Amino acid sequence: MNPINYLYLSALLFTIGGAGVLFRRNAIIVFMCVELMLNACNLAFVTFARLHGNLDGQIFAFFTMVVAAAEVVVGLAIIVTFFRSRHSASVDDASLMKL
Amino acid sequence: MDHLIGALVGAPLLGAGVLLAGGRRLDRAGHWIGCLLAAVSFALGAALFADMLGKPTGQRTLTSHLFSWVPVGGFRADVAFQLDQLSMTFVLLITGVGTLIHIYSVGYMAHDENRRRFFGYLNLFLAAMLLLVLANNYLLLYAGWEGVGLASYLLIGFWQHKPSAATAAKKAFIVNRVGDMGLSIAIMVLFTTFGTFSFAPVFAHATSASQAKLTVVGLLLLLGACGKSAQVPLQSWLGDAMEGPTPVSALIHAATMVTAGVYLVTRSGVIFNAAPTAQLAVCVVGAVTLMFGAIVGCAKDDIKKALAGSTMSQIGYMMLAAGLGPIGYVFAIMHLVTHGFFKAGLFLGAGSVMHGMNDEVDMRKYGGLRGYMPITYVTFGLGYLAIIGFPGLSGFWSKDKIIEAAFAKGGTEGWILGGVALLGAGITAYYMTRVMVMTFFGERRWQPAPEPDTAPSVEPGIEVHPGDLPHPHESPKVMTIPMIVLAVGSVFAGGLFSINSAFVKWLQPVTGHSEGHSPVTTGEVTAATLVVLAVGVALAWAQYGRAPVPVTAPRGSLLTRAARRDLLQDDFNHVVLVRGGEHLTRSLVYLDHSLVDGAVNGTAASVGGLSARLRQVQNGYVRSYAVSMLGGTAVLVAATLLMRAV
Repeated sequence: MNPINYLYLSALLFTIGGAGVLFRRNAIIVFMCVELMLNACNLAFVTFARLHGNLDGQIFAFFTMVVAAAEVVVGLAIIVTFFRSRHSASVDDASLMKL
Repeated sequence: MDHLIGALVGAPLLGAGVLLAGGRRLDRAGHWIGCLLAAVSFALGAALFADMLGKPTGQRTLTSHLFSWVPVGGFRADVAFQLDQLSMTFVLLITGVGTLIHIYSVGYMAHDENRRRFFGYLNLFLAAMLLLVLANNYLLLYAGWEGVGLASYLLIGFWQHKPSAATAAKKAFIVNRVGDMGLSIAIMVLFTTFGTFSFAPVFAHATSASQAKLTVVGLLLLLGACGKSAQVPLQSWLGDAMEGPTPVSALIHAATMVTAGVYLVTRSGVIFNAAPTAQLAVCVVGAVTLMFGAIVGCAKDDIKKALAGSTMSQIGYMMLAAGLGPIGYVFAIMHLVTHGFFKAGLFLGAGSVMHGMNDEVDMRKYGGLRGYMPITYVTFGLGYLAIIGFPGLSGFWSKDKIIEAAFAKGGTEGWILGGVALLGAGITAYYMTRVMVMTFFGERRWQPAPEPDTAPSVEPGIEVHPGDLPHPHESPKVMTIPMIVLAVGSVFAGGLFSINSAFVKWLQPVTGHSEGHSPVTTGEVTAATLVVLAVGVALAWAQYGRAPVPVTAPRGSLLTRAARRDLLQDDFNHVVLVRGGEHLTRSLVYLDHSLVDGAVNGTAASVGGLSARLRQVQNGYVRSYAVSMLGGTAVLVAATLLMRAV
């Protein structure tokens, strides 16, 4: 199979993730969509590694996974704290900084 | 002797300081301290005069450098004095007449609880005027000039509880500011042109400056002189200045203040000689003021205001003479000195009359006073004869010389100026006779106070306080002695100066002198002057001496009514300057509101409006921020790709 198709898939996944971040209100789903975008990037990295025949892309994919794991820890903690104080997981309720 | 010059100014200044800072504890002796220090100043002046007379003509100028006032780089202003024949003349006049007025004031202000303060101001006035005439540079002269303005303000408004006095003081000060502005600009121009304020270097290089610049300086100096000397168009303050106590009027009109303008023009003679246009302007101002003051003096019923009109007119003579150049300077100063004697005498006489008449100033309510106050009558009468130029008395010698010099200017100008001066002499005779006759001759037009031993015959229902009615009496000696001294001066000063042309020879080294080419002889001028004099006196006698004087003023002709209103000077100032100023400020305010404020407010409003629009972007929804981030990223990527494609 032509590896270029993986790139199309990656772009599709990234778009889905981006749309989810922009249009959904539930913080958990927004968060999941962010993860989806990261994984779309991972897919692109791996595909490029395969295309170029070196391991740079795969190494970057591992870095991304580690950063994503850390981000999940911090992000989920923020969401939980937010839910506790606001009794809501909607990102629209996080508007304290607005005038 | 040099260091005495500082003491000359210092004595009255010390007096002013002690009296004004000393407070109430000096109330009992304050007036004598004031008199003493004025007399000390006069004594010093007399000593310096004797010393000066002993020296040869060429070495009579004394200089005294006290200290450097403002030494900044090339800008040097010194407190330094210069005493030459011109300054000496002024010093003797200021301190001599000033001291007499001080002594007179002891009696005149006897019942005023602020007499100490009054003497402090009088001393300040003398000190400022002495500083003015003794300065050896224009900046120090300006300091004295402003000091005179301040002292006159304080003295004119001395009875500041009267709104009219407070207003008159303000008016004098503000009108003087206009003139002061001219003088200060003239001094600045002089400094930028010559790089110094001192008289000697300025006059030495005066002819090297351009004609235009000298004319500008001359006209600005004239503006300054107009303010201080109450010349048209800055004459309006003089009449109102009569609100001050009468000794102040005498001081302002005879010894200090109004003579400052004549001094300035004479002192700056070198500049005026090199600027014929400015010189002609001085002549015209003098001639116009001469007529203006004389006409006003003819119509006033207030004795002090009539005398004020007379002063304006006489100072006009001096300005006219000073504008004639070397043919006139000496006579301007000579008339100034003789005028100092008789005008001081006249004002002190008027004060004495008011003193006896319960401060009544309306001459229509005088009449027949010669029997009640003989000394005042005689001294006032001698002053009167001197001012109209009765042959042999002071005014005759000095005024005739001015008329003659005006003719000697030559050409059409000479005939016009000479004619105006001659006519002025006639009007002078008319208005002074009017004052004299209305005050001392004719029948009584006042209701005398009842004798203390007779019971007042009072109609029931009408309350008459005996104290309110005048009972004319001669003033105390402390007032009459200065009047007698001044009367003696009014009689003999002019003749003394004219013996062997003594005054001309005395002043010539400073001001220069030339005879000019008069189209008429001295005899003809004298004859013509005597004729107009006789006509003026006869007219006034016919009008006020033979016919009874109505107690209420008749309506009078259009000119009389205008002259009573000071020839509409205040109306003119009100319509042109006050209204004009109001319109100007109003339009400026409008411009400020619409243009300046409009621009500022408009900018603020548009920034505010734009910000309000931009605020919509900050809606607090994370998603919309994310969209803008995405959009931004897309734009960046697109731009990068585009750049690469190109």
